[in-house]
Amino acid sequence: MKRFLSWMLLTAGLTAFAVHAQEAPDALIKRVASDVVATLKADKEIQGGNKKKLYDLVDGKIAGNFTFMRMTALAMGRNWSKATPAQQKALSDEFKTLLIRTYSGALSNYQNDVMDFKPLRMQPADTDVTVRTTVTAPGGQPIGIDYSMEKSDSGWKAYDVIVGGVSLVTNYRDEFNNVIRDSGVDGLIKTLVAKNKS
Amino acid sequence: MKRNLVLGAAATLLTLGVIGTAGAQVYDPLEPMNRVIFNVNDMLDRNVVRPVAQAYVSVVPRLVRTGVSNVFGNVSDAFSAINNLLQGKKEPFGSDLGRVLVNSTFGLGGIFDIAAEANIEKYNEDFGQTLGWWGLGAGPYLVLPILGRSNVRDATGLVAHGLIDPVYQVTPTVNEYELVVLRALDTRAGLLGTDDLVQGAALDKYTFIRSAYTQRRRSLVYDGKPPKDDDN
Repeated sequence: MKRFLSWMLLTAGLTAFAVHAQEAPDALIKRVASDVVATLKADKEIQGGNKKKLYDLVDGKIAGNFTFMRMTALAMGRNWSKATPAQQKALSDEFKTLLIRTYSGALSNYQNDVMDFKPLRMQPADTDVTVRTTVTAPGGQPIGIDYSMEKSDSGWKAYDVIVGGVSLVTNYRDEFNNVIRDSGVDGLIKTLVAKNKS
Repeated sequence: MKRNLVLGAAATLLTLGVIGTAGAQVYDPLEPMNRVIFNVNDMLDRNVVRPVAQAYVSVVPRLVRTGVSNVFGNVSDAFSAINNLLQGKKEPFGSDLGRVLVNSTFGLGGIFDIAAEANIEKYNEDFGQTLGWWGLGAGPYLVLPILGRSNVRDATGLVAHGLIDPVYQVTPTVNEYELVVLRALDTRAGLLGTDDLVQGAALDKYTFIRSAYTQRRRSLVYDGKPPKDDDN
């Protein structure tokens, strides 16, 4: 009996993993978005302006679907290879915190925005796709939000968000470049740490 | 005389724009000057423009503010239609023209955006985008006094726009400056939500805004489908 149970659990676990790994990139975004919106609508504390709770929500439900190492590498451009593995880790961690903070700030403006998905053009063998969505705030103009995603062993992960044609990663490239030119890779780590403490 | 001066300035800007780059890279040879103007603008914004825009939002009821936005939106739809025509985009031209016609009549001079209810799409084309569509590069990045971020191409577009913008035309009953100020207020009020976001996200506000503006305008010129940046 005990053996049967553990066998069942193992199968269930494997099935869950398989379902997760096979989830299409647009389905993933749809699932996460509706999950987050449901939480936002239900949570009175977040609505009341509890920033810590909002940060935890983004950290817990959204951040896991991003690959911050890749994002940081892209934003660093040629400078990435100049950083030691320890520096890369520190940069990626700090960049992650900065992005979660920014994302939380954007979410606090949420007011029943509607998210539409454009049909996903994707071949079964593709490992890199762009999921295109439009988000419309009540009474506002629709704005395009695209997610660049890559396939990994643990499902699809986003490595860039492009809002109205503005790529998050590209936007940070100039900023990172400037700081590194003036004060090196350690200077950038220090700048990010200071920014995240402000 | 004033007109000649403006035309002369426009011609100079156009020439500069042609020399400028066409790609996705930020091109900012005037950075020291731009930063000075940026800082003055920022100071003005923090101390005057933003507080006034906040007061406008808190004092004037939402319904009235929406009406004001719609009226200016109606004027800019007319310009968008002209620019679609200049770019040979037939359907968007028809759509923007349809918006103006519907909103000017059923929408009582543009106060109500009936066309949005009817799902007639809004395109927001401007002269800067038209020049880009014609193949003109963005040219050097520019920060204009009070008006803020721009580039040589878009500033040229602004000059072209200013020459025919009805808001700048003096009428016996309405003071043009009041209209210009009201429109600026309307625009600024619409951007209040992004202030904290930029403040929170940017390591250096100047660089952050410059990069976002460059990307955004490039995307608009290519109608949301810019060619891949070959530098990546």
